[in-house]
Amino acid sequence: METVTLTKASPSTKLAQRMNGAEAVVQILLREGVNIAFGYPGGAIMPVYDALYDHQENIHHVLARHEQGAIHAAQGYARASGKPGVCLATSGPGATNLITGIADAQIDSTPVVCITGQVASPFLGSDAFQETDVIGISMPVTKWNFQVTRAEEIPEALAKAFFIAKSGRPGPVLVDITKDAQFEEFDFQYEPCTSIRSYTPIPKPDLQKIKQAAELINSAERPYILFGQGVILAKAETEFKSFIEKTGIPSAWTIMGLSALETNHPLNVGMLGMHGNYGPNLLTNECDVLIAIGMRFDDRVTGNLATYAKQAKVIHIEIDPAEIDKNVKTDIAVLGDAKEVLTELIGLVKPNTHTKWLQRFEECAQMEHEKVIQNELHPDTDILSMGEVIRIINNKTGGDAIIVSDVGQHQMVACRYAHFKHSKSNITSGGLGTMGFGLPAAIGAKLGAQDRTVIAVLGDGGFQMTMQELATIYQTEAKVKVLLLNNEFLGMVRQWQQLFFDKRYSSTEMINPDFQQVVKGFHIPTKKVTERELLEEAIEEFINYDGAYFLEVMVGKENNVFPMVPSGAGVAEIRLE
Amino acid sequence: MMRINDEKQEFTITAYTENHVGLLHRITIIFTKRKINIESLTTSETEMEGVHRFTIAVTESEEKVAKVVKQIEKQVEVLKAGYYKKKEVVQQELALYKIPTESLTDGLEVERIVREHNARFLTIEKNFVVIEKAGYRRETKALFDELGPYGITEFVRSGRIAVSRQEFSIGKEVEEVLAKESVQQ
Repeated sequence: METVTLTKASPSTKLAQRMNGAEAVVQILLREGVNIAFGYPGGAIMPVYDALYDHQENIHHVLARHEQGAIHAAQGYARASGKPGVCLATSGPGATNLITGIADAQIDSTPVVCITGQVASPFLGSDAFQETDVIGISMPVTKWNFQVTRAEEIPEALAKAFFIAKSGRPGPVLVDITKDAQFEEFDFQYEPCTSIRSYTPIPKPDLQKIKQAAELINSAERPYILFGQGVILAKAETEFKSFIEKTGIPSAWTIMGLSALETNHPLNVGMLGMHGNYGPNLLTNECDVLIAIGMRFDDRVTGNLATYAKQAKVIHIEIDPAEIDKNVKTDIAVLGDAKEVLTELIGLVKPNTHTKWLQRFEECAQMEHEKVIQNELHPDTDILSMGEVIRIINNKTGGDAIIVSDVGQHQMVACRYAHFKHSKSNITSGGLGTMGFGLPAAIGAKLGAQDRTVIAVLGDGGFQMTMQELATIYQTEAKVKVLLLNNEFLGMVRQWQQLFFDKRYSSTEMINPDFQQVVKGFHIPTKKVTERELLEEAIEEFINYDGAYFLEVMVGKENNVFPMVPSGAGVAEIRLE
Repeated sequence: MMRINDEKQEFTITAYTENHVGLLHRITIIFTKRKINIESLTTSETEMEGVHRFTIAVTESEEKVAKVVKQIEKQVEVLKAGYYKKKEVVQQELALYKIPTESLTDGLEVERIVREHNARFLTIEKNFVVIEKAGYRRETKALFDELGPYGITEFVRSGRIAVSRQEFSIGKEVEEVLAKESVQQ
């Protein structure tokens, strides 16, 4: 593999300045273009916070209420802005509280730079107060990590950290800095990192493979595209659209790829996976050529691999060589950045339309509409559904909003029914399925895309995992719209208990607090809706209010999300009811 | 599923890496995550200055090994990784056997055994002798079995080290990467 040559960053000043390690950390953040950081102070990171005090004009520090909130906010910021999120925490519990978010960022390829304080180097290994081996603990869930024990190591470590986090397949990195290194004075100079000899972030595409892929696509009768977040991360949305429009190939998305292509595009056939759309799942086993772009064949997408697309030739366009043949055997693997590969591919594919094949998707969509969608969006009972809430939000926002969801039934409903016109607009915990992600991630998303409306769609379970971050909303004045779809259950687990565990609802019913009172305590305007007549007006106010707003909608306690590919079943065994 | 691929066999995984604190852990957790047992792991320098080498012995299916190798190569500080089947490498292990010196005074048996096994005495002390044997696992094991009756008081065997039977191994590719890097700078 050859390394794609990266453009050298403009050389920074070579003149060394005398300063301590903590000040160097802040200087590096400024030089890396960081103007916002999420975190929580504590003993071992205090020198860095002290240095931040002098730069409040240039770096807005968002004080979360729990380190998990800080890292999810950094993730939300990264996903909405496309820039790495920065997260600060102290040693010991501060650092361990980051781990869930780091694992989430790792599996969802989100660029996050974590900086943790560590006990002074002479105390390492002595079980000192708030000492924990964060390098060891974070190693399985970081793209890269490093412990700094001397101030002079800081520039290179952080330069590498930023480069590794955002290059190639992005991911979280962690730099752990001992307190004595933060205090130590040294001669500071900084050069951003632009390459590492042992690291090939972007494999150079093999033109021969691209030609083979083009030939296969040109000869295909029922080609089918599955696209994932790789399209968004490569900023390849325009090329992707040109490619599908030229070839006329129906395209379905993973929830990480959602919003890379606008919802109402005629070739956007919908959502893949366990709670995805009917046609996109069923027809996976009818296509003759399957073209996967920037996606990794997660088990929630493929269902049972033994019956997955066995009839199809598979083309996999992917930046990470380790994803090739990991879950699904590929006939043609094209390694590279999606933007580069698609640019080449567009020149080699023939214009086509697949009217009859598209018709199959249309028929499936019709069937799904009758059996599932109609009733979800326009219920014929008095009980409110999650889908109708999303439908009204679509009407009010016109698909312009960023939707940040938590994890569970409401997440599937939000992904299935929310409309999108712009990329980087669906922010959700896809791979890890982290409950509690939604609220803090929405704060980060709002701060990363200040001109956009940001709506956090939460369930009552996930909300209660990180609800303390309402205080962060209040303190930062982030204009986040928080929509709570309250069914007084851990709905997805309850749905599984109903379908697969004989309706034995073990520990899924939630006796909840009065969320209205709770939210009032955080000084955030709030409203609760229990009847359909009041829903539209409430949503109107929710969207239009100039500031943070909390809207709680009481939805059906025992509604289910359909369609569904049962766990262990194949995609063609998708159930509509 | 192809059954042939599922069959476990002996593999030697080789990774050329930077010399970086914590990389050993980063590599071993790739195995831990998949519950694959590492039979032996050796790190050493290579023919290239500043480049280190991991040699890892496992018994697994080829499919699993191939995936693990890709995950190893994905690590930022790994220059190149690959795997070899048993017949694709020349491999050795080193074993040391400590036995009481009095075992030698009972006749020439131990000396004969050491000679026949192409082993050698590393040291002869007043109370014990240390015998060294390099070879395949079965060879060091055979010597162990024969020396057993004379009272082995301590035994240790190194991890597997191996070089490929190809004229140019993945080390060649690493050299090319490094050469390109030095041109760029």
